[in-house]
Amino acid sequence: MIWNEKFETMPLEELKNLQSERLVSLARYVYDNCPWYKRKFNDVGVGPADIKSIDDIVKLPFTNKLDMRDSYPFGLFSRPRTDLVEIHVSSGTTGNPTLVGYTRDDISLWGEVMARSLCCAGAVPDDTIQIAYGYGLFTGGLGAHYGAMEMGLTIIPTSSGQTKRQLKIMQDFQPRILACTPSYCLYMADDAREIGIDPRTASWKIGVFGAEPWSESMRSEIEQTWDMLATDIYGLSEIIGPGVSQECTYKDGLHLYSDVFYPEIIDPDTGKPVPEGQDGELVITTLTKQGIPLIRYRTRDIVSLTYEPCKCGRTSPRTSKIKGRTDDMIVVRGINVFPSQIEHVLLGIEGTHPHYQLVIDRGAHKLDSVEIMVEVDERIFSDEIKRMHALEQKIKKEIEAVLSIGVTVRLVEPKTIARSEGKAKRVIDKRQL
Amino acid sequence: MAKQLTVFMENRPGRVNSVCDILEEQGLNIWAFTIQDRGDFGLMKLIVDKPDRAQLALADRGFACALKDVLAIIAPDKPGNLDRLTSALLEKHVNIKDMYGFVSPNDRQGLCFMEFENPDAVDIAELVAQYDFRVLSNEELYEL
Repeated sequence: MIWNEKFETMPLEELKNLQSERLVSLARYVYDNCPWYKRKFNDVGVGPADIKSIDDIVKLPFTNKLDMRDSYPFGLFSRPRTDLVEIHVSSGTTGNPTLVGYTRDDISLWGEVMARSLCCAGAVPDDTIQIAYGYGLFTGGLGAHYGAMEMGLTIIPTSSGQTKRQLKIMQDFQPRILACTPSYCLYMADDAREIGIDPRTASWKIGVFGAEPWSESMRSEIEQTWDMLATDIYGLSEIIGPGVSQECTYKDGLHLYSDVFYPEIIDPDTGKPVPEGQDGELVITTLTKQGIPLIRYRTRDIVSLTYEPCKCGRTSPRTSKIKGRTDDMIVVRGINVFPSQIEHVLLGIEGTHPHYQLVIDRGAHKLDSVEIMVEVDERIFSDEIKRMHALEQKIKKEIEAVLSIGVTVRLVEPKTIARSEGKAKRVIDKRQL
Repeated sequence: MAKQLTVFMENRPGRVNSVCDILEEQGLNIWAFTIQDRGDFGLMKLIVDKPDRAQLALADRGFACALKDVLAIIAPDKPGNLDRLTSALLEKHVNIKDMYGFVSPNDRQGLCFMEFENPDAVDIAELVAQYDFRVLSNEELYEL
């Protein structure tokens, strides 16, 4: 079923009129309510009066991740803190974290787009859903929760972890829908076999998987292992959290709800739009958000976009799966990791800047592992083994505190990390996604 | 004082060999060595005939290494001598941080390299002299 037929199947012409209307009010709204945007608009010599249709969006300035950090905490908001009913904070890269906040209407919007997503994946109102995304400051758990609530599903908010308990709950309550990261789903298969459950007999028949990159081969592995339909969901907390786009049961691209999140695909170097169907950076404008609406937010995710009608009947444009990033961000177990975070920690520990390398791997247990190799140069070398050991432990502890995921630290000899053109390669991603 | 060369190395095949290769290239002689292992990495400690040259050669080839002073104590190779030495140290509350040693089979002399937590607390040379042990001087050590 289609959750919101009116908007999800709206003829493109009508959709465009709606987007135009919404952009006109949005430009006026942020100009009047957010001093940061007012200044930004003035800087490029554009005012709300210049925005007459959605085509005028190219006149507006981009918003970057850096802008969000620099304006921490509330600089990019268009509403006072007292109007917010919920805030989420993600770990900082260097310096400030990223804060997003929701008014009551924003939370309804989140519920709406997540309900569309769950329906898009094949859920029906009588279903039970097991939400094994983390609940808390991470937007995955609560976002899925609001959507399931909006749809009237029976929610089992297991959050992430405690795999054997997840499986027991699955057996006891027979949820047909599972929402978690795709790697966690595969990981659970091993535990299932261990306690004598054949994954193919599990009640989960539809998976809503996201928060990390995954591939078609991983999809087939999940579908064969669990005998379920594995669908991809996309989102980012800056825009709303999960529920920006979602695959329908035809699994032919992710439907992006362009009546509320207007997409553009640009050349990341020039900022100019690329022709339809070509790869480029996804840029999103939140047309109806109130708390922290964003104009032309650069997601740094590389995708292609098509307006071709889909067999499911939805008219919303579809993006490809994420094909890469324009920055060096990597996603590990659903957590965004920037190499600069590691740099920052190392700098803080010894006041030096040793060579390091991140090695990301997906082991036999299907969960991502992070190993940080740090070159022991003369600045951090000690001729006492206990000091070297303490250094190793300290690096580990501090990086774990910043990233909120477990890592292993390995001290290596100087010049063992390969350098190309004098620059060390910071990330080796060995995962077969 | 003897100079101990400490080298950081990863625990994988060939690492000890590459240290030895470099010292061999320089025509340096290794008198004593020991390795402290800590899983993925370890420290190799060496007493060589020309410590400064060895350090330069290793650092030049990218090894993290350093020199430090340790005491070289020589004693006759007889049962109980190490016990005498450590008892004397205990009596003066000298804490041993690190030690290793070997016996030279030809002249039946034991040589012990030691590092102390509080080296200035007591005159070690005087302390060991009561058993006819000796702290080797630089001349004795390096002008062999």
